[in-house]
Amino acid sequence: MALTSDDMRRLAALARLELTPEAEGPLVTQINGFFDLVAQMNAVDTTGIEPLAHPTDAMGEAVALRLRDDIASEPASEAIRDTNQRSAPAVERGLFLVPKVIE
Amino acid sequence: MSEIHEWRVAELSRQLQAKAVSSVEVTQHLLARAEAHQGLGSFLHLDPDRALAQAKLADAQRSDGHAAPLLGVPMAHKDVFVTEGMPTTAGSKMLAGYQSPFTATVVRRLMEAGTVSLGKLNCDEFAMGSANENSAYGPVKNPWDVTRVPGGSSGGSAAAVAARLVPAATGTDTGGSIRQPAAFCGITGIKPTYGLCSRYGMVAFASSLDQAGPMARSAEDCALLLSAMAGPDLDRDATSLDVPARDFTQTLNQPRAGATPDKPLSGLRVGLPKEFFGAGVSTDVNEAVQAALAQLTALGATLVDISLPRTELSIPVYYIIAPAEASSNLSRFDGVRYGHRAAAYDDLIDMYQKTRSEGFGDEVKRRILIGTYVLSHGYYDAYYLQAQKIRRLIANDFQAAFQQCDVIAGPVAPTVAWHLGEKANDPVASYLADIFTLSISLAGLPGMSVPAGFGEGGMPVGLQLVGNYLKEPELLQTAHQFQQVTSWHTASPKESVL
Repeated sequence: MALTSDDMRRLAALARLELTPEAEGPLVTQINGFFDLVAQMNAVDTTGIEPLAHPTDAMGEAVALRLRDDIASEPASEAIRDTNQRSAPAVERGLFLVPKVIE
Repeated sequence: MSEIHEWRVAELSRQLQAKAVSSVEVTQHLLARAEAHQGLGSFLHLDPDRALAQAKLADAQRSDGHAAPLLGVPMAHKDVFVTEGMPTTAGSKMLAGYQSPFTATVVRRLMEAGTVSLGKLNCDEFAMGSANENSAYGPVKNPWDVTRVPGGSSGGSAAAVAARLVPAATGTDTGGSIRQPAAFCGITGIKPTYGLCSRYGMVAFASSLDQAGPMARSAEDCALLLSAMAGPDLDRDATSLDVPARDFTQTLNQPRAGATPDKPLSGLRVGLPKEFFGAGVSTDVNEAVQAALAQLTALGATLVDISLPRTELSIPVYYIIAPAEASSNLSRFDGVRYGHRAAAYDDLIDMYQKTRSEGFGDEVKRRILIGTYVLSHGYYDAYYLQAQKIRRLIANDFQAAFQQCDVIAGPVAPTVAWHLGEKANDPVASYLADIFTLSISLAGLPGMSVPAGFGEGGMPVGLQLVGNYLKEPELLQTAHQFQQVTSWHTASPKESVL
């Protein structure tokens, strides 16, 4: 089932992207071209196969993942906050500014 | 004495150790060379003041008796590693002017080992690409033929090392982004086992695949660099492997257990996947790889036929999983906390949309859209989950293969480097060219690219070596022994071409 321009606009809205009308056509063709390649996956029998979300899961028990202690590990200060916010587009008194969302 | 820029890391280390040259002299020489070759497009940021200050410090430390092997060795970093004091763009307009408040673990470790950072290297936007043509800051040219691509996504790293602008660079590899540009530019690169190098401070593309590694001009150099880069980073990266740091140079020169010095690879079983040697490989690449395999045999290795039956499937599986993870990772670029924000917008949602549409390039948008689609309700099982299940089968295929062999060998890519623009408008053609590197990434295995001769148009060919989990010492040893009897890794592009 090929994706249509409507589908593409819906996906773009979900991904918070804006597509120009000129970009939309080629994009639909390219992405449908990619999904032609994906079709071969359907033929693979994966009954009873556990999904592999993470390669560590395939490495055996010697390299099990772990959780660290749930404690704040970074020091906090206004100076550090200011450094962390240095690359933010709009900041005031340590707060990130966004367009008004509540009237 | 040959020119300073011709020295590999190991050679440079010896010269610095012998005080035949100072780090400041080497740094000045390479900075001037990088400046003179800006036309290659490999550097996004050169930092002479900072580099010279680091070089001075290294020289002072050496006078005080410090002798770490990388002390005073200049290098540069792929621009996906965040660096305090130097800008980080990840090749994207989205991060133009971004200054990270911290430094990536891998870069920090290399600096603690004494390396000098010359600057940051161009790459495909958010490391998405196989030709370095997706950088918002322009393409990188291949030093062997400036009308061709250097490969990607670590194209700036590969080109800078090949052009002798730096003896070494960091790279990252999500689906081949160290190995393929290393092959296209005739240098040596290793993507370690997933989790061996910390991902802390690497701008995230696909977190279950991303892995850092060194790119240099020999296996020995890669071993020196990897020894400094690798090691646990348990508090900073939840997927960092809790495996003690190792000195990868230790085993390079040792014959394998039971082997003799004249046949140092005796007992090594090299698996040749039949899927890596079929009709999809161009004749020139196949010939170079076959000659390399003959060399391995002469060193004592035995060749074993194996099969990796889902090699072709690795393309759709990878190009579903990586974009799915990317669409999630890149949702952080919202014009609020860092990076680009559109100048004009109506409301918050419009600000997000305009910001992201202006900040991301075409390939990044394509992958975000594919990722959004395969994770969306009604398609998740058919695409994303099915891809993860086949990913398990692919990982199992490798384990079955490693029952019959110790390392796997084959080409890195089906062809040598193509011409700039050739695949720029055909993303699927570019995805297909990743066929021999993707499955290794999906399984999380270590893989290397080793120079193995030249093909069409005098362009370099890379031999890929793949090991089982944490078998980097065996891979590096095999590559090093190969480089003791071959000289492909010492060939330089013509100065007149640069």
